[in-house]
Amino acid sequence: MVSTSNMEIKTAVIDGMVTPLEGEKNLLELIRKANVELPTFCYHSDISVYGACRMCMVEVEGRGIVPACSTPIAPNMVVKTNTKQIRNMRKMILELMLASHDQSCTTCPKSDECKLQKLSRKMGITKVRFKQMNAKCAIDDSSPSIVRDPGKCVLCGDCVRVCKEIQSVGALDIANRGAHAKVTPFFGQALSKVECVNCGQCVKICPVGALMPKYNINEVWDAIHDSSKTVVVQIAPAVRVALGEYFGQRPGALSTGKITAALRMIGVDKVYDTCFSADLTIIEEASEFLDRFTKGEKLPQFTSCCPAWVKFAEQNYPELLNNLSSCRSPQQMFSSLAKDKLTKDLNISRENLVVVSVMPCTAKKYEAARPEFSVRGNRDTDIVLTTKELALMMKERGIEFDKIEPASFDMPFGFKTGAGVIFGASGGVGEAVLRYASAKLTPDAPVVDFKQVRGADGIKTTEVNLGPAKIRVAVVSGLANARKLVEKVKAGEEYYDIIEVMACCGGCVNGGGQPVPTHEPNAVQERAKGLYADDRTMLFRNSGENPYLQKLYADEMTHEKAHELFHTEYETKPRITRPDMLLFEGRNEVKKLNLKICFGACCVSRGAQELYQNVAAYLRERDVIEDTIFTASFGGATCQNGPVFEINGKKINACTFKKAKTAIDKIIK
Amino acid sequence: MTDKALVKFDRVCEILDKHGRNPHMLIKILQEIQEEYKYLPEEIMMYIATALDISPAFAYGVATFYSHFTLQPKGKNIIKVCDGTACHVKKSEEIINALESKLGLSKEKHTTDDTLFTLETVACLGACGIAPVVVLNDEVHGAMNKEKVISLIDKIKAEELANAQS
Ligand code: SF4
Ligand code: SF4
Ligand code: FES
Repeated sequence: MVSTSNMEIKTAVIDGMVTPLEGEKNLLELIRKANVELPTFCYHSDISVYGACRMCMVEVEGRGIVPACSTPIAPNMVVKTNTKQIRNMRKMILELMLASHDQSCTTCPKSDECKLQKLSRKMGITKVRFKQMNAKCAIDDSSPSIVRDPGKCVLCGDCVRVCKEIQSVGALDIANRGAHAKVTPFFGQALSKVECVNCGQCVKICPVGALMPKYNINEVWDAIHDSSKTVVVQIAPAVRVALGEYFGQRPGALSTGKITAALRMIGVDKVYDTCFSADLTIIEEASEFLDRFTKGEKLPQFTSCCPAWVKFAEQNYPELLNNLSSCRSPQQMFSSLAKDKLTKDLNISRENLVVVSVMPCTAKKYEAARPEFSVRGNRDTDIVLTTKELALMMKERGIEFDKIEPASFDMPFGFKTGAGVIFGASGGVGEAVLRYASAKLTPDAPVVDFKQVRGADGIKTTEVNLGPAKIRVAVVSGLANARKLVEKVKAGEEYYDIIEVMACCGGCVNGGGQPVPTHEPNAVQERAKGLYADDRTMLFRNSGENPYLQKLYADEMTHEKAHELFHTEYETKPRITRPDMLLFEGRNEVKKLNLKICFGACCVSRGAQELYQNVAAYLRERDVIEDTIFTASFGGATCQNGPVFEINGKKINACTFKKAKTAIDKIIK
Repeated sequence: MTDKALVKFDRVCEILDKHGRNPHMLIKILQEIQEEYKYLPEEIMMYIATALDISPAFAYGVATFYSHFTLQPKGKNIIKVCDGTACHVKKSEEIINALESKLGLSKEKHTTDDTLFTLETVACLGACGIAPVVVLNDEVHGAMNKEKVISLIDKIKAEELANAQS
């Protein structure tokens, strides 16, 4: 029975309620619009529909039981979501999941946010009727950022799709089938050995404890309890608009003062602000940009403050590494400055100054561990905590968030401009550069608001006129979006002067270390709004006006010193670290020819295979196969000049068959 | 022997080219590669993923989804131990354990490093009358126990050694 009062409006009936169709993507969206919270594991509106978990089963009149997430809507559908049969099915599916799940719930770090637990409770499951089947699986904690515990996986495939579709990385996939199915990197390798960029988007989407950020909480407590250590903390911008969510605040509510007070109660010695070093980053990065822009060199300039993007670029775009800004990220600038200046001011050793950073990001843990950010074996950033870890520490310390009085940062590294604050949102770095550039190029009428680069879109482009200069700006977030844009730039289809890239959609406010919003669909945008609101209240809004930084540059920061502390270099990285492959080895004891070819993605796309084929044919023609050993590597340090071919230890970049032949001829004469 | 290795990688290139390095032809390509190598070696899989411009994890997922692909090299001698109900009752597990420890194998590692032996457990071979059953290179051995199976292995090893020296 379907009755519609208005004949123009198409409707469907959900649990007896007539519901208008307004272009919902699938039956699940329609049911949710009708305020029925259908349980799901594998449905997320921003990735493809997978239809694997079967939690969303509903009964459609005339069609029987179907998964709502992958059922298109037809007008006049009559849908029931709560029949006896459906309820039984849901329970059974949950019980089967539990039977093959490592149920160490009390010690599982996901416990308070676990969807499996929540749904089991909601569906009133008090016992599991099936035999416990799970085998203890090996935990992969090789990555500095992420811990994989496959014994907890419910095979919803969410991580696989996020990594592939949103990030275009594809580090994880489902292997095997049936009872043996599992989520794994290539050939079961450790996550740290494959192309994972540590962005943590898989961690955020995983409904259970199978993917978790790596916790470093205990290391912070140890440092605090060690009286020989001075512990200083820096807090990233995106943390202050999200941490409150763990204490019942709405996304975007600013809790800078409470976080500062809480950290003092936890026992750290100084609380500083990463926004301060974000200002520093802008001074360095915008100067670098203006220099390149005037000279017309190394454009577009890509931002380099997102470590997931940096690793992605190192793995995929060796030829673009020169275009990346050489600036370290605000986290690393803060830490190198602290280890240099604070150690002197406080007269302590590097080892006794422990720099802790609180970040919205799992990749920052990886960044801090990169070898170039250590001096004589001592890291610049000693420990990185995610937003969630700090919230846990506050709970452990017994802090009542509602009741603590806000406190302010320590000086001088606690002073920032609004430009440093907006770093946490997609578009923020670009806007901060533009503010600085505007003050330099049009000092009489500096502009601070560049609203065209704000907002939720994955790719934002604009042209900004600053006096005579016309600057073409692109802002992307999400690495699949970044890939799209970079390919267009490489193909010469689009042109920009500066490109801001953040790996997480919407920027750091949506980082892999942030709270997972349960009810607020616009949480990420709300957090960004919180940052822009904070920006408006600042005394200064252009990084160049930060008085402490002006003093730093006037008093002690020479060009050389700044270069040493605030800049870095990039290197091509293979997507998967693995030993060289032996292509063949001749039988003769002494090998005249020791050949090596690079089979990294770049070299292959530039014709490494053809080169190999031609060389192999030539070796046969010259009858020197038995005098040759031929190996291949999977990516090397000079892939930007690929294909790379090595003859007896001598590297030939951009190698052609002709070049290779000449070199071989010289040896086998 | 060595020239053969070269021929094999040349075949990889040929197979890829024959299919226009088209990622949609992945399954066909893997099938043909397996015909060459008898299994899908990790580094060749890595190369294929690179050449087809797909993620290696995805290629691995496809290769492990279909049971006719094998990702481990097979040894020269294939030992199949039946672990069907009848054989299980007659302690086939003891035989499996003895073989594993003798050959340095495990539930995850089925082939010895010298690629002389591959150990497989199979479901009922239909020879329950003579349980427990071991099939060595297609030859059925009934009423086995750990001692007997070990002596079978020792015999093959001795033969291999003699062959290698002659
Ligand atoms: S951290 Fe990011 S890149 Fe790594 S597996 Fe997860 S989603 Fe993929
Ligand atoms: S690891 Fe998590 S997100 Fe990935 S399939 Fe398993 S349960 Fe789903
Ligand atoms: S949400 Fe529909 S099958 Fe998982």
